[in-house]
Amino acid sequence: MEKLFSITLYILKGSGVTLGLYAITAVFSMPLGLMCALGKISKNKVLSKAVSLYTWVFRGTPLLLQLFFTYYGLPVLGIRWSGPFAPAALTFILNYAAYLTEIFRAGIQSIDKGQYEAAKVLGMNYSQTMRKIIIPQTVKRILPPLGNEAITLVKDTALVAVIALAEILRNAKEIVTREFIITPFFIAAAIYLVLTSVIVLTFNRMEEKYSYYE
Amino acid sequence: MIEIKDVSKNFGPLKVLDKINLQVDRGEIISIIGPSGAGKSTLLRSVIQLESIDDGIVEIEGLRIACRKDRDDDEPIDKTTVREGLAKMGMVFQGFNLFPHMTVLENVMIAQTIVKDRSQKEAQEKAKAILNKVGLTDKENSYPSQISGGQKQRVAIARALAMDPDIMLFDEPTSALDPELIGEVLGVIKALAQERMTMMIVTHEMNFAREISDRILFMEDGRIVESGPPDKIFVNPEHPRIRTFLDKILS
Ligand SMILES: Nc1ncnc2c1ncn2[C@@H]1O[C@H](COP(=O)(O)OP(=O)(O)OP(=O)(O)O)[C@@H](O)[C@H]1O
Ligand SMILES: [Mg+2]
Repeated sequence: MEKLFSITLYILKGSGVTLGLYAITAVFSMPLGLMCALGKISKNKVLSKAVSLYTWVFRGTPLLLQLFFTYYGLPVLGIRWSGPFAPAALTFILNYAAYLTEIFRAGIQSIDKGQYEAAKVLGMNYSQTMRKIIIPQTVKRILPPLGNEAITLVKDTALVAVIALAEILRNAKEIVTREFIITPFFIAAAIYLVLTSVIVLTFNRMEEKYSYYE
Repeated sequence: MIEIKDVSKNFGPLKVLDKINLQVDRGEIISIIGPSGAGKSTLLRSVIQLESIDDGIVEIEGLRIACRKDRDDDEPIDKTTVREGLAKMGMVFQGFNLFPHMTVLENVMIAQTIVKDRSQKEAQEKAKAILNKVGLTDKENSYPSQISGGQKQRVAIARALAMDPDIMLFDEPTSALDPELIGEVLGVIKALAQERMTMMIVTHEMNFAREISDRILFMEDGRIVESGPPDKIFVNPEHPRIRTFLDKILS
């Protein structure tokens, strides 16, 4: 029993890295994704093409490859990392922002053209129209796909185990190989389930909150 | 008040407005009738710059808000002038286009606060007064999805009026409504007519047009075929096309 407790504690220590990576990715990829989405739908051809190239690359290649590239590849090009966390965070932010760009773009473009016209004849400029009329309506529509990304992100954080970041899965595997028991895997699975359940519940709450209008 | 000179507009190869000339005086109420595809909506949309025109000039109270892009024989269009000119107009759409994430009250307040920089309190007082005028005081806190089509259109009218326009444009304001809800919207427009609001109204409600308009325009194929006082257009139009159009619509 005491052993089980200490194993759990050790694995839970890894959740610091998991949650840290999760938070930093969520906080930075959302505004970046929104800006890229606005860039992608803008009339500026160069900007829109550049964003398309970005999302094409980051959505079209494995996250693991991107992680290896940042962590092992960039140092070859002369970029020094002081540890694995920064390159992991950078990769995750860029990767998730690429997916969010597409989600935000689709959300923004699903808003009826009449909303822009109503805003325009009331004298609103582009930025006012986006901030007060279009984006608030977009949020409601993109909650379901956003929730999917939020859950995938929890599971994707396990990938950083391969670049020696001591997160939940890596800590669990360490005990498994050292002590020849498989309980750590069950404990890790339980922790992931708790995390994803919290996210599902949070998103259900938000969808409820936004159901005040049709 | 509104000056439309030689305005043309094409969608690709399709000529939708063909050298339209029209002057609307202060306090004048004009109804635009005509078959589908005549260019009625496009005319209103060109006046308020939802469509850019290919040729001609649009002026609102002497402020030039649109002219041909490559015009060089005239003073260039000035952004501030355009904004000032556009601010004198409000528009009401067939499909209401209310903001669904805002309450009725917020719909009528939002542009007042962010475009006209009115304080929250001032905007709210104004919104309440106008909602009262269109008979919707009890719906202030409802969302658009919770009210009827007739009520939605009255909110849309209130939202436009809150910006103190000198001119109101209506594009088939009752066409999306169930027959029993048309009257309440027409009632609000009639009240505006009594206050001598300058209006351009695209409508298929012939009795209404005849009753409130100073002038009727009949449009077809991007042209104003005939314009004149309601009694002339409805009783004895010069163009046989108007007769057939009216017979079809009234039957
Ligand atoms: N954005 C657009 N792109 C291409 N063609 C258009 C566009 N908007 C309108 N048209 C065409 O222009 C013509 C005039 O359209 P408009 O909407 O002004 O007619 P209308 O008189 O308002 O007709 P209705 O009574 O059906 O509303 C039509 O043939 C229409 O198909
Ligand atoms: Mg039309």
